[in-house]
Amino acid sequence: MQLGFLVDLHLCMGCKGCEIACKVENEVPLSTWRLRVKYVDVGMFPETKRTFTPLRCNHCANAPCERICPVSALHYIENGIVNIDKERCIGCAGCVMACPYGAIYIDPETQTADKCTYCAHRVASAMMPACVVACPVEANIFGDLDDKTSNISKYIQQHQGDVQVRKPEKGTFPHHYYVGGGNVHLNPLASDRVEGYSLFNKLTNKMPVGGHH
Amino acid sequence: MVHETVAATHAVVTLDVGLPGIVWGWIITMNMWAKSIGTGVIFMLFYLLKKYPHEAAAYRFKAVLVSVIAIHVFLFFTVIDLHQMFRFWHIFFHPHFTSAITVGAWMATLFVGLLLVLLYASFIKKDNVFFDKVLAWTVVLAIPVTLYTAALMAQSTAREMWQMPTEAAQMIFAATLSGSAVMILMGKTLSYEAKRDLGIILAFSALGAFILYMSELVFGPMKAEEVAAVLEFIKGNGEYATMFWMGQIVAFVAPFILVVLAILNRSTSILNLASISALIGLWISKHVWLVIPQLLNMS
Repeated sequence: MQLGFLVDLHLCMGCKGCEIACKVENEVPLSTWRLRVKYVDVGMFPETKRTFTPLRCNHCANAPCERICPVSALHYIENGIVNIDKERCIGCAGCVMACPYGAIYIDPETQTADKCTYCAHRVASAMMPACVVACPVEANIFGDLDDKTSNISKYIQQHQGDVQVRKPEKGTFPHHYYVGGGNVHLNPLASDRVEGYSLFNKLTNKMPVGGHH
Repeated sequence: MVHETVAATHAVVTLDVGLPGIVWGWIITMNMWAKSIGTGVIFMLFYLLKKYPHEAAAYRFKAVLVSVIAIHVFLFFTVIDLHQMFRFWHIFFHPHFTSAITVGAWMATLFVGLLLVLLYASFIKKDNVFFDKVLAWTVVLAIPVTLYTAALMAQSTAREMWQMPTEAAQMIFAATLSGSAVMILMGKTLSYEAKRDLGIILAFSALGAFILYMSELVFGPMKAEEVAAVLEFIKGNGEYATMFWMGQIVAFVAPFILVVLAILNRSTSILNLASISALIGLWISKHVWLVIPQLLNMS
């Protein structure tokens, strides 16, 4: 079994439902994200378009984070998911340096590395990841890439030529695919980041607010 | 290519999370800097004992002591950089040997063990023959201990600018630069000839490292757009441009010129000045090179 993800960017409308569902399901602390939806505006008024790209761990076949982890806190499980054992993690941040997708962060509460696990705990109970359930337009497609009859395999077959991964030149062989993605969606260098225009870029309090510590 | 695309599309990120910031900062710089001294001093002691055995004999204990201190500074900063520093023992009890961190930790531990044996041989046993035998093995182990950080940077797949074998060469140059600088400053009773040799090692290490940095600066952007984007931080009005050039001048250019002047004037004072300059500049140049790839958003 090799679990994988596919996001149809033609369908995604940037509602961030997946992002919130992930936050709630995995109790992701403030200022950190396992999954986020990036907005990029393209063109000049009146010819403008907004693009939405959900970004999460790619669960690579040749995962640099798994290789660099000194204590095997990041490890593969049988279904191909790159999982993390937060009790074993020493917080060296090697994985943060190694992940070409910026998908790993240091959890400010546990002081260990954390990332999307494709909701491995839900998958183990035969449930879909929280983000898949929350998506109102079924843009997130999750399933077994080794099973030719799975939805994700069929989707890939039907959209041949329009299926892409992020940074294929890195040789990580991601198990996370995008349909309908362009350079602007998938290449972080293909868009400008103007200081002050992004949410949370001036965040100073990294602890949860509201007295819940 | 992407730069032209941005100009055409006017693509601007309008909603996203902030940049994660510097994860490996000055603590890791201290780690690399202290390790360079710790292994470099051992390389220089070995050279001096081969070339100037009589006058270098008095430095067996002193040089090893400096190495022990520097390596413990390196280990201290390595551990305090861990977000869960009290779990550092996991590296020994749950080791994952594909990681350069694991391999490096094990080798550094063995290196410390050999240094302690050298201290015992020079201070308690006072057995120079035994010392020299152990020193040969310590020098052999000092090579991979010096290089493992380069392997770690190479394994940091996200940071395109940290390439092998360039980083490996930089680590060796850093060790010979800092090792020779420390020995020059420490070697009060060394002859001018011995100090001159150390100065030449320092000058060529500085020259080699400078050539590598300049090559990366000029040719790196031609190979990868990520490298080009990172190097913008040290070019023109880049955020780290001043610090980068300060590091290059203080670590490499000034020491090289000072060593030439010192040899022309047979001046050990100028050699001392070159050494101090090299040690300060090395920290700065290492720091800039460590930090700038982390300023680039990966997604």
